[in-house]
Amino acid sequence: MAFEIKQQGPVYDVCIVGSGAGGGMAAKILSEAGLKIALLEAGPKYDPADPEQATQLKWSWQSPRRGATTTRPFGDFDAAYGGWEIEGEPYTTKNGTQFDWFRSRMLGGRTNHWGRISLRFGPRDFKHKSYDGLGDDWPISYDDVKPYYDRVDKMIGVFGTKEGIFNEPDGYFLPPPKPRLHELMIKKAGDSLGIPVIPARLSILTRSVNKDRAPCFYCSQCNRGCTVYADFSSSSCLVKPAMKTGHVDLYTNAMAREVLTDKTGKATGVSYVDRLDLQEYQVKAKVIVLAASACESARLLLNSKSPRFPNGLANGSGVVGKYLHDSTGASRGAFLPQLMDRKRYNEDGVGGMHVYIPWWGDNKKLDFARGYHIELGGGMPMPSYGFGFGIEHLNGKYPGPDGKPKAAGGYGASLKNDYRRFYGATIGFAGRGECIAREDNYCEIDPQVVDKYGIPVLRFNYTWSDHEIKQAKHMQDTFEELIHELGGVPLGSKPGADTMYGLETPGRIIHEVGTTRMGDDPKRSVLNKYNQAHEVKNLFVVDGGAFVSQADKNPTWTIMALAIRASEYIVDELKKQNI
Amino acid sequence: MDRRESLKALAVGSLSVGALLTGCDDKKATEAEKKGAAGAEAYGRTPEEKERDARLMAEQFFTDGEMKTITVLTAIIIPADDRSGSAVDAGVPDFIEFIVKDQPRYQLPLRGGLRWLDVHCLKQYNKTFVECNTAQQTAVIDQIAYPEKATPETSQGVSFFNLMRNLTATGFFTSKIGIKDLGYVGNTPNEWNGVPDDVLQQYGLAYDAKTLEQCLKIEDRGKLMTWED
Repeated sequence: MAFEIKQQGPVYDVCIVGSGAGGGMAAKILSEAGLKIALLEAGPKYDPADPEQATQLKWSWQSPRRGATTTRPFGDFDAAYGGWEIEGEPYTTKNGTQFDWFRSRMLGGRTNHWGRISLRFGPRDFKHKSYDGLGDDWPISYDDVKPYYDRVDKMIGVFGTKEGIFNEPDGYFLPPPKPRLHELMIKKAGDSLGIPVIPARLSILTRSVNKDRAPCFYCSQCNRGCTVYADFSSSSCLVKPAMKTGHVDLYTNAMAREVLTDKTGKATGVSYVDRLDLQEYQVKAKVIVLAASACESARLLLNSKSPRFPNGLANGSGVVGKYLHDSTGASRGAFLPQLMDRKRYNEDGVGGMHVYIPWWGDNKKLDFARGYHIELGGGMPMPSYGFGFGIEHLNGKYPGPDGKPKAAGGYGASLKNDYRRFYGATIGFAGRGECIAREDNYCEIDPQVVDKYGIPVLRFNYTWSDHEIKQAKHMQDTFEELIHELGGVPLGSKPGADTMYGLETPGRIIHEVGTTRMGDDPKRSVLNKYNQAHEVKNLFVVDGGAFVSQADKNPTWTIMALAIRASEYIVDELKKQNI
Repeated sequence: MDRRESLKALAVGSLSVGALLTGCDDKKATEAEKKGAAGAEAYGRTPEEKERDARLMAEQFFTDGEMKTITVLTAIIIPADDRSGSAVDAGVPDFIEFIVKDQPRYQLPLRGGLRWLDVHCLKQYNKTFVECNTAQQTAVIDQIAYPEKATPETSQGVSFFNLMRNLTATGFFTSKIGIKDLGYVGNTPNEWNGVPDDVLQQYGLAYDAKTLEQCLKIEDRGKLMTWED
């Protein structure tokens, strides 16, 4: 079989790999500055308004599996293609450890389904080592990033309220929606326990920020993608306007294989395989921007070996792939008897919680180092697959409408009525916390395994430390405190030490960052403080890989703020002919 | 007539879905094929997902005899009442046939459970479950429908019935009939302006002044946001 490697397009100013939060933002900023861009995306085109792709406002019965998670990990109507397992694209683990890697091959990547929780990192989040001696400080501070957060707020739109909490910086907010019933109850419980329950900060338009996007119409389905673009996804809010500049050539189904370099060590382009025609292509550019996701960008660098870069590109430090860390996660559900037989009304609201709990603890007084926030669930959502499961654990515990005890389980008219009575009476708490970045949590190239395109795959090594396990215990204790204060009944049994207090498998929260971290010392970091590779001046990484530490916040807002900053640095450096 | 059309008929209100489904039982395989060939219902599928749906629709897992038992069981679990039709009216047996092909882990427990049920009935009445009269069926179901009261000898039957109950409830309350029965009134564009006053009153709650001040004034919803710097 003869291979021909085809060159695509002219020599671009910039080739961006990945169209998620970081790549989308880079495409927007760089194209608006007039640069010619090649944007590579490993998956297909996606537009939530395309009737062929749209899932918004579909009913559960329109899916033969009623929305079950068989083919999409977050259910049939979730916008994200891909998942923790993709056919023909394996990854491996070592030393008996676990890491689950979520990949979304589509325009906009994983921004298509996330919770739109849009939190700035706070001043302490950038300098945690100075505070508790663990991990490393970032080479930049909150003040360096603040102007870019401000611009993201105004460009994308995020609702929230000014609270004046030191490590939860305020921004330019849209007004939040009013809390739902169970959220008011949780706020009341939080007030009496001294746990703050404040309006959520979600990138959903309660009011428009520009004429291209309509305000939210409260269907609660942001994870399905919005046909009027009232929520943020990179495809709708970044790639779309970038394409309008006329300066962007979008290559879809382009699975990047390697970053190409010349003898001087400069990056010259990217080689990729087209997932549909399986032909090999190259795109040449003056500047290469990786935004393929923290682990995928690390994989690309590690697979881009040359005599000059035997460890992989920009990896003289050996740091590429190391310091991998995902948010911690643990959760618990509860039943609120006072919500039985509740009155029906449309409580869909926005896609996600209207209020949440930011970290309130003082770690100096606790036995673990970093905080977490709590996300809330509940209300009267559209029933989908799984509705009614396990009623035999619930309906024997509460008297029937006649006040008399009932036998658990059952059948017939009386059972049918129980489902109605219990509907809308359960709530859920999910903690999302900071894991301390460690050198010995990493991804590397598996020496034996390739994917179906022949690209060597990643192998993960990841363990939780006592800090994360104790944090999960604190989450569980807090959930129970709140549930009891609410007069509720915790569902299931309390996760104990044997399950690390319900701590999720690493990777499950899909906030993995740190694999190409930034720093001032080229021996201990891959990128400088402008997301530029220390060893390759015309190579940048603008996804979560650049993070020195995850905070107890979702990473997307920080990825985008840093992507603006890095993109404008690229424009300046090109003008100065430094790269 | 496929289920989609029958639901349409229900919306028009001309015929009961139950009658339609019963009348169409014998044509099920060909209907499934037709549905598969026409492509699954449009709900934003990728080409690979469409192909998978069509393949599953064209397959048949349960035998006609098993489907009969499933139909009787689902009707016992969720019968018609003054508010809505039964699980059979809502097409739950077809949903169960699909879900076991979609999630094959259900196949063994359901097939084996159906067999357990028939053997259990044979021992007591020398008849299969569907051959039993209503009183006999009720007596058998009473032995396996209440996990905390059931005897150890029927524990496998209890597990089977728990699964049947789960799938029947999910199938019913995610159907058009079931969602209406439950009183879910969302999935439609609207303007959320908080919990209705009478509900707040019922629970002794109120939006405080700060919340009302901070939250969206619904009349501002259409206005472009600007900020004072």
